Amino acid sequence: MAANDIIRIHRVNFYYGAVRALTDISMQFEKNKVTALIGPSGCGKSTLLRLLNRMNDLIDGTRVEGEILFEGRNIYAPQVDPVEIRRKIGMVFQKPNPFPKTIYNNITYGPRLNGVSAADLPGLVEQSLRQAVLWDEVKDILDKSAMNLSGGQQQRLCIARALAMKPDVLLMDEPTSALDPISTAKIEELVEELKRHYTIIIVTHNMQQAARISDQTAFFYLGNLIEYNKTEKIFTKPDVKQTEDYITGRFG
Amino acid sequence: MKTSEAAGVRLMRRRYLKQTIFFTLVRASALLIVLALGGVLFHIFYHGISAISWEFITRPPTDSMTKGGILPAILGTIYLTVGAIAVGLPLGIASAIYLTEYAKQGRVIRLIKVGINCLAGVPSVVFGLFGLGFFVIFLGFGSSILSGSLTLGFLILPTIIGAAEEALKGVPQTFREASLSLGVSKWQTIYRIVLPNALPGILTGSILGIGRAAGETAPIMFTAAAYFTAKLPGSIFDEVMALPYHIYVLATAGTHIEATRPIQFGTVLVLVAVVLGIDLVAIVIRGYMRRNKRW
Ligand SMILES: Nc1ncnc2c1ncn2[C@@H]1O[C@H](COP(=O)(O)OP(=O)(O)O)[C@@H](O)[C@H]1O
Ligand SMILES: [Mg+2]
Repeated sequence: MAANDIIRIHRVNFYYGAVRALTDISMQFEKNKVTALIGPSGCGKSTLLRLLNRMNDLIDGTRVEGEILFEGRNIYAPQVDPVEIRRKIGMVFQKPNPFPKTIYNNITYGPRLNGVSAADLPGLVEQSLRQAVLWDEVKDILDKSAMNLSGGQQQRLCIARALAMKPDVLLMDEPTSALDPISTAKIEELVEELKRHYTIIIVTHNMQQAARISDQTAFFYLGNLIEYNKTEKIFTKPDVKQTEDYITGRFG
Repeated sequence: MKTSEAAGVRLMRRRYLKQTIFFTLVRASALLIVLALGGVLFHIFYHGISAISWEFITRPPTDSMTKGGILPAILGTIYLTVGAIAVGLPLGIASAIYLTEYAKQGRVIRLIKVGINCLAGVPSVVFGLFGLGFFVIFLGFGSSILSGSLTLGFLILPTIIGAAEEALKGVPQTFREASLSLGVSKWQTIYRIVLPNALPGILTGSILGIGRAAGETAPIMFTAAAYFTAKLPGSIFDEVMALPYHIYVLATAGTHIEATRPIQFGTVLVLVAVVLGIDLVAIVIRGYMRRNKRW
């Protein structure tokens, strides 16, 4: 366990009602690194990701066992406010989901409700859009509805919206699965850039994507963490046969 | 090979025929509804238009309500309807928010929803008696705009709750998730994202309630409506005349039932116009809110 782990998961089980979706997961995420979560559909990648910012709280009848420490603090302790956790751990979803508001108001929505002063908002909008490499495309149409943007632009807007909260960690759930190859490439470049300031945990279906952009890769199967190691090692000589079968496309 | 192709063609033809018959039936029933509605409106218009004049809508009744106008009743109905919305809309929206956003879905909530549906089916005279017992007598509001508005507000509550529930459920879950993931609290998410996106839908459903509130006689008979008053209401504690009750009185209880037929139809025509007018206001507000609210 390195000292610069920002999140540590310790012996976590997770249940949807009576159905166990994650079994005895223990792993840690390193600060300012990109960690990819891979595995066949339904193996629990999204579930794990949504555990990290307590989004699974929204689903009735779910239950967590074990501990998830964010900067040393158990985010599932009773006195912890999930709203505060979500300020520090942002999320980008599989399908771009901008609000039906202007581009400008999409970015300022979170900061404004979290007490950022009005004078700071224009600067924050520009900074966030620049970080998401969207500024040049939208700087003249900030007052237009975000719904008019293309899918790839919408997804980068959602990234900018998350960045505007200045989170420590950015969770991304298959952020490019609904996008065309060019938009996908843009977002991959963006991830490279963002890891200088943020810790990124990304779920992906795409093996090449995991290999290209991540430092660490975790392979899940049926709710179990099968193998977790440096990406290079996972993709060249994995220790477990199942991992090898999956990345070489023999199943999944 | 050939026979199966022929069978395929036959099947397609039969399907096409079925489809044509079905569409024709659907079109016919739609047309029937439009014709029935048109017939009713035409009937009212044909018999009522002769009574309409500037005096009719700007003066109180005179000569034992056989002459003069119906201004007090027009204003009374507008006050009561707006009052009913002012009571029903916030209560209905609040209930729907609780039911869809907060309550844990389970047996108790199902029971409450059944209760609300039953409430929608309760005859309006029952609401009238409840209003009389509770607002007029127990709370001491007397027969007044306040009592009438509260009674009508409760009458249209199930309609508004139903409309609001549907509208809230129609707001994509992804909006809620996006907002919550930005560290925005649940209440603010509902207030800033869910509610604004649901309001056009809530208004659409509530328009049905508006028509009901404006048109009902039984609930206001004991709680708000005056048989006759030339005085225009000065406060919410005053009694008012109201269009539906006025029609009822003219058509059944007056001494000149036949002689006042044109006035009766004229009053019905005005009632329809008032309801459409309030609907129109709601539709305009909705249109204004809908700008920019696409997804
Ligand atoms: N809301 C839910 N309710 C019940 N079961 C769920 C829910 N979401 C996911 N699951 C189940 O949990 C398992 C893991 O799902 P998920 O985390 O979405 O997998 P992945 O993202 O790896 O495709 C699946 O078997 C799925 O059916
Ligand atoms: Mg998933």
